[in-house]
Amino acid sequence: MHMVANSQFSGAIAANRFGLGLRGGEAPPDNPQAWLLGQFDRFDVRPESIAQAPGSAVMAAEFRAYLAEIRPFLQAGGGRRGNGVGSGVGNGAGNGGSMAGEAATPQMAEALGDVANAKDMRGDLRQRLRRQFRDGYGAQARARIVSALTTNTPFAEQLVHFWANHFAVSADKLQTIGLAGTLEFEAIRPHIAGTFGDMLLAVEQHPAMLLYLDQAQSIGPDSPLAQAALRRGGRRKFGINENLGREILELHTLGVDGGYGQGDVQELAAALSGFSVGGFVRRPVGIEAPDGSFVFQPGWHQPGVRTLLGRRYAQSGEAQPRAMLADLAVHPATARHLATKLARHFVTDVPPPALVDRLAAAHVESGGDLMALYRVLVAAPESWAVATPKFKTPWEWTISALRAVGGRTAPDLKIVGALAELGQPIWRPGSPAGWDDIAASWAAADALLRRVELAGRIAEVVGDRIDARQLAPRILPGVLSAATATAIERADRPQTGLALLLASPEFLRR
Amino acid sequence: MLDRRFFLGSAGLAAVALLDPRLALAAVAGERRFVFIILRGAMDGLQVAMPVGDPAYAALRGKFGPPDNAGAPVRLDGMFMLHPALVETAALYAKGEAAVVHAISSPYRARSHFDAQNVLETGGTAAYALRDGWLNRLLPLLPRTREPAVAISPTVPMALRGAAAATSYAPSVLPAADDDLISRAGAMYAGDAQLHALWSQAIDARTAAGADAQGRANPAALGKLAATFLAKPDGARVAVIELGGWDTHAGQAGRLNQALRGLDAVIGALHSGLGADWAKTVVVAATEFGRTAAPNGTGGTDHGTGGAAILAGGALKGGRVIADWPGLAAGQLFEGRDLRPTADLRGLFAGLAAEQFGLDPEMVARTVFARDVRPMTGLVRV
Repeated sequence: MHMVANSQFSGAIAANRFGLGLRGGEAPPDNPQAWLLGQFDRFDVRPESIAQAPGSAVMAAEFRAYLAEIRPFLQAGGGRRGNGVGSGVGNGAGNGGSMAGEAATPQMAEALGDVANAKDMRGDLRQRLRRQFRDGYGAQARARIVSALTTNTPFAEQLVHFWANHFAVSADKLQTIGLAGTLEFEAIRPHIAGTFGDMLLAVEQHPAMLLYLDQAQSIGPDSPLAQAALRRGGRRKFGINENLGREILELHTLGVDGGYGQGDVQELAAALSGFSVGGFVRRPVGIEAPDGSFVFQPGWHQPGVRTLLGRRYAQSGEAQPRAMLADLAVHPATARHLATKLARHFVTDVPPPALVDRLAAAHVESGGDLMALYRVLVAAPESWAVATPKFKTPWEWTISALRAVGGRTAPDLKIVGALAELGQPIWRPGSPAGWDDIAASWAAADALLRRVELAGRIAEVVGDRIDARQLAPRILPGVLSAATATAIERADRPQTGLALLLASPEFLRR
Repeated sequence: MLDRRFFLGSAGLAAVALLDPRLALAAVAGERRFVFIILRGAMDGLQVAMPVGDPAYAALRGKFGPPDNAGAPVRLDGMFMLHPALVETAALYAKGEAAVVHAISSPYRARSHFDAQNVLETGGTAAYALRDGWLNRLLPLLPRTREPAVAISPTVPMALRGAAAATSYAPSVLPAADDDLISRAGAMYAGDAQLHALWSQAIDARTAAGADAQGRANPAALGKLAATFLAKPDGARVAVIELGGWDTHAGQAGRLNQALRGLDAVIGALHSGLGADWAKTVVVAATEFGRTAAPNGTGGTDHGTGGAAILAGGALKGGRVIADWPGLAAGQLFEGRDLRPTADLRGLFAGLAAEQFGLDPEMVARTVFARDVRPMTGLVRV
């Protein structure tokens, strides 16, 4: 371990940059490096708050019920959507002749020629599902907040947030509103201290990702299912969806400059056909599986030997995409991509090249052991050289502010809504690329004003019980500037002093 | 004491009174209202009630006073002129329903806002020495009402916090953005190149959009809301209102004018909102300390000691400035810089509350504050 960790602000760096921010009354760690690396033995994969939030199975069951109910109305209304909201994999509806006699209500509507009524019904059902998923989303988002506020392993917890953003699923599509958070809880949390390969596989097999990037309905044109349909003279065309395959290469593993081509995207996408989600597929087209759980559908898989990045994959069935993912996880381009993102998140916006090299080497040498990466990061002199090089994202700032004032639940503060106001709604980055991790994306004029206002709102609730003059040096050890201390000292009421502390330049950064 | 004895002696109430003297008092004392306005930030008493009759005043303050466009100051007596922003207050003063107590302070003698406000609100002699507020300790001495004492703020302020029931109510009209916080944040960012640039842009954009005017506090609404609570039958009889914006280190003329207009609006709204109940009401507005006798170099004043309190209410024996004036000459100033306090806010609070609720002032001073506190008397019409 390097001696640099003993500088005057090393405790602040460990707690505030690597961790989620010192809590009021909490002392900075004596041995920052040991404190950081010791957290993974204690990390709680499934804390109480998260265990109580609805998981993917619950969300998937609700979604499945919706699909079953809406199907007849899709036929009656004549307005079935091909690929949009609410379709999911249920758009095989046209093939299921047995469904026709199922619903009396749309038949009556049809008999009356009342197409508009069927449209209304469809809208109502969609609204209901949206409500259910929003409730689920809210419960999951609150669970994430409570876990971040109460955790005693804040470095590990921040890594959860980092990896969830790396594997971003945005809660914009109707299907993903209630599922985005479950990816973090079910596929990220269990794997933060394991290998990147295990995390990658868990993510790519999670229903949130499979539905978000349209993988669950990707069916090989030469698959047994497609061939059988062809023999029966069916009109439906089956095909590969490249969306997940492309994002795995571009965002999850190699990176956009990782040296792959369109051919590699197609080969990976073909190999992935058959990756699907239980509960969304009706008989007889696929294997039954529990709601929301991963299922490999052999009958959908595009058969054949594939070549990815120049390497042959002759495996049949699920073994083929698994082998590809395992190789991608430890590829040197993946190592460099992850090294760059980790260094950017924990050290500086422009990552030190030497540190990126060391992280990438550690990834390759360890076979993608994430602990090996964390050890390099924590030992790096670059990590401890500057006190607050990073401008906090709205999430980081809000969580650190609530921790500073001793928040454990913050039910009154409507934090989920506040984060949307600050520009970073939980699990809604809007794209699979996730949120940016540089100051230029967050340090903006109106955003700053909103932080000051939110600091004021937090301070109005708790500020008269907290002496910001005492709190400031405790949560910003070695970092608090004379200018901020003076501003707090001069505040004419405790609430203003606390708001200034939370809005101070050194608290806005980590 | 006279009124108390009188009521205890009334036929029909005597038997009840023997069981619980409070019940006897409740009939009339239960109609009395008490409003405490906390002026956070240290109001400059010397510019609120200007001691123009003190020869040292002109030498100290010269042209440093209310802005020219604020109107003409109102003469209170041979010594003092009232700041022109206090229009409603001046009208009440003329009717004998407002007063100023000058050269007054809490026992606190240092110059920290936080510590001084804690002393102002707890009623102790040192910061953080007491764990509850003086108004809360007063409550058990008062007739019980169905609704508890209320603070018009997001949380119950220290003055009202303690064992006795008290509540708070934050109206939706409270500003989302606190102007004072906004200006302090701007000052804090002055030395940070990145944040200073962003902040300037943000403020420019917001000013252009007119959000500043919308976001400003509406003090009249606070007063009206307090009046609503106080006017209810068996409603709250003690209310607390907080007003900020008094910490005028720079640009005092405009900022104090603005703050005083806010205070005047609160008093005016209480007056009109309470209607007939105004006759049974007293209001005391007090601040944590005064400001330096001489202006500083930035058109403002710095943290001082002695200040002024403003009283209002139909039950008040007003129309006068109550002061044992210490003088502003160099040798008369406290520590050579501040108005010397000659009265104790605790005595004012004790006397005003006791007379208002028909209690023994000595008892209230002793029970709510401390044995050595001398209650100020003759403040309330009985």
